[in-house]
Amino acid sequence: MRALTFKQGIYLEENKSLTSDKPLKKANRPAQVIIPMQQHIGVPCKPLVKRGDHVEMGEKIGDIDGFISAPIHSSVSGTVKEIRTVLTPEGKLCEAVVIEADPEDRLAEGISVKGDLEDLNPDEIIDIIREAGIVGMGGATFPTHAKLRIPEGKKAEYLIINGAECEPFLTGDYRLMLERPEDIVYGMKALMKAIGAEKGIIGIEDNKADAIETLQRAIDGENNIEIKKLITKYPQGGERMLIKAILNREVPAKGLPIDVGVIVNNIATAVAVADAIKKGMPLIERSVTISGPGVNEPVNLIFRIGTPIEELLAEAGGLTADAAKVIIGGPMTGCAQPHLEISATKGTTGIIVLTENEVEAFDPQPCIRCARCVDACPELLMPLNLARYAEHGMLEQLEKYQVLSCIECGICSYVCPARRPLLHNIRIGKAEVMAKNASSKQG
Amino acid sequence: MSNIYIASLITLGGLGVLLAVGLSLAARAFHIEKDERLEKVENALPGVNCGACGYAGCAALAEAIVSGEAPVEGCPVGGSATAQAIAEIMGKTATVGEREIAQVLCKGGLKETLTTVEYQGIRSCKAANMISGGTKSCQYGCLGLGDCAVACPFDAIIMNDNGLPEIDPDKCTGCGECVRACPRNIITLAPISKRTHIRCSSHDQGKVVRQICSVGCIGCGICAKVCPDGAIRLENNLAIMDYEKCTNCGQCAEKCPTGTIEFSEALIKAV
Repeated sequence: MRALTFKQGIYLEENKSLTSDKPLKKANRPAQVIIPMQQHIGVPCKPLVKRGDHVEMGEKIGDIDGFISAPIHSSVSGTVKEIRTVLTPEGKLCEAVVIEADPEDRLAEGISVKGDLEDLNPDEIIDIIREAGIVGMGGATFPTHAKLRIPEGKKAEYLIINGAECEPFLTGDYRLMLERPEDIVYGMKALMKAIGAEKGIIGIEDNKADAIETLQRAIDGENNIEIKKLITKYPQGGERMLIKAILNREVPAKGLPIDVGVIVNNIATAVAVADAIKKGMPLIERSVTISGPGVNEPVNLIFRIGTPIEELLAEAGGLTADAAKVIIGGPMTGCAQPHLEISATKGTTGIIVLTENEVEAFDPQPCIRCARCVDACPELLMPLNLARYAEHGMLEQLEKYQVLSCIECGICSYVCPARRPLLHNIRIGKAEVMAKNASSKQG
Repeated sequence: MSNIYIASLITLGGLGVLLAVGLSLAARAFHIEKDERLEKVENALPGVNCGACGYAGCAALAEAIVSGEAPVEGCPVGGSATAQAIAEIMGKTATVGEREIAQVLCKGGLKETLTTVEYQGIRSCKAANMISGGTKSCQYGCLGLGDCAVACPFDAIIMNDNGLPEIDPDKCTGCGECVRACPRNIITLAPISKRTHIRCSSHDQGKVVRQICSVGCIGCGICAKVCPDGAIRLENNLAIMDYEKCTNCGQCAEKCPTGTIEFSEALIKAV
């Protein structure tokens, strides 16, 4: 099998061997979970419970009307202690339900097999997925049911399951591929049925040869599912890059994968879909990689949504003495955290701890126009110019040079020999352009 | 010999007369009515081109005023003197409210709040605010990286050693550039005669504020109770001042348990 890829991008040191041979382990039940009401892109949920309420495991505790949103469920059985404002891993403020856990793990009513995949129609599958609160689990947390409702006039030809896991350190998806291949294929079939896609493709980077082998065995006999090997390169797991590599189709700027007949979902999302249909289990736990030179014993865990990251770090043997920076997500696109009272959510793919050695202070030098960022940008943008326009608030130029196409992969800042904070500036520019567009739409 | 002189004089002189007549005819034919008030209005404006009026600069505003598109009070920076001068030129009367200056509604500098993270990114509040909710323990307070000071076209803002912006009331013209630059919306414009300011923007609960800031509003509501004019209301754990109703009595500041409310008597005497 020839390995496929996209134009540009870079090879990053993988650092996956720290955890790649560690099986997924169930994390201990935390004494209390703090479940933020915003764990997806879109409208935050409203809490459905109040202080003093008893909740069961899997009970819906937050929901809201609105297409782009996903309900939130309790990951423990216990008592609601309070509802307070917390900081999400992305650095936003939102309401959160704090639940004191009891050791019983009583399941909520109605958690049972949802039926045979053969008997379910696409709408029923999408409803099950919505009610289970499933979101894109590669980190972007876009509500899956919203993605699966194909807009009128469009057709989904392919379902691509993203098994690239291109961020360094992360091995959660890799472990799922090794440990739950049947569920991945089952979830995939459910997703394909939901969108009416005839073909399913799993894209996996070539540094995960045994995952490719395992899944190859699992899809034996399925004639409409195949596996494509991808070159290990960052950001291979970006959906635009993935589609380009596998199908050689280009998603138009400002467009979505469905514009070229594709829906992309993550490995962990497929597993969550399988759980939702096979067991009726809503999304209350997920896999996470806790790794990096700043933790004593890197591990892969299955944790309950809302577990404080401090407890998860404790299961990885705690922080080393020289630990300096805790990142939620991968080291390239993740967010550095201000403290450890943040709770891990549906989008927490990894918790990476770096030590003082890796965390250098930036001292940006002037841009020397070497264009390394231009050569590496997977979206074929010119980060040096975009960053400059953003610095000077030149919104028209930013729009003209497609700042909104930036996928914020962070390669530009990574390769810059002058250590300029290119992505940070571009993000500011993006936010300003989007704010301007939103206000002109209103006005 | 003399013929040459006479011939050249006649030729050149004749040409001169002809061209002069031509020019004067052209001047009449292509005459454009130019409003002389335009120049006068432009001269009356401050000439800093700060853009606070919403136009590209002072010249653009002058044009808009003369064409009637903008009111004679269109310049928020010049204050009543400028408005009066322009009103005189335009033959209108100016109705100018009191001069407004910027007030920072946060007292939580480096000493009063905790800095929770070591921030190494771009030295700008806007940039820091995008990362993990900012650099300080308070989600609402001043980030101290000085976007307002950079934005001020009149050099009226300096960042003090405590990491808070200080506004020079003499230099501040109330143009509002700092208000727009602040990503946390803690700067507001208030009439210059008002001497009581609630310097906190935190909607956190009192318990939380107590933990993270020594001068934050805990939402106890004492100020709203003692205010004889009903100028203070509590909104989501925060006291908010209605400057229109405030009469500078200063009772709220006296009673405020955290010292969030600032009342400067000395300045009143100066006025």
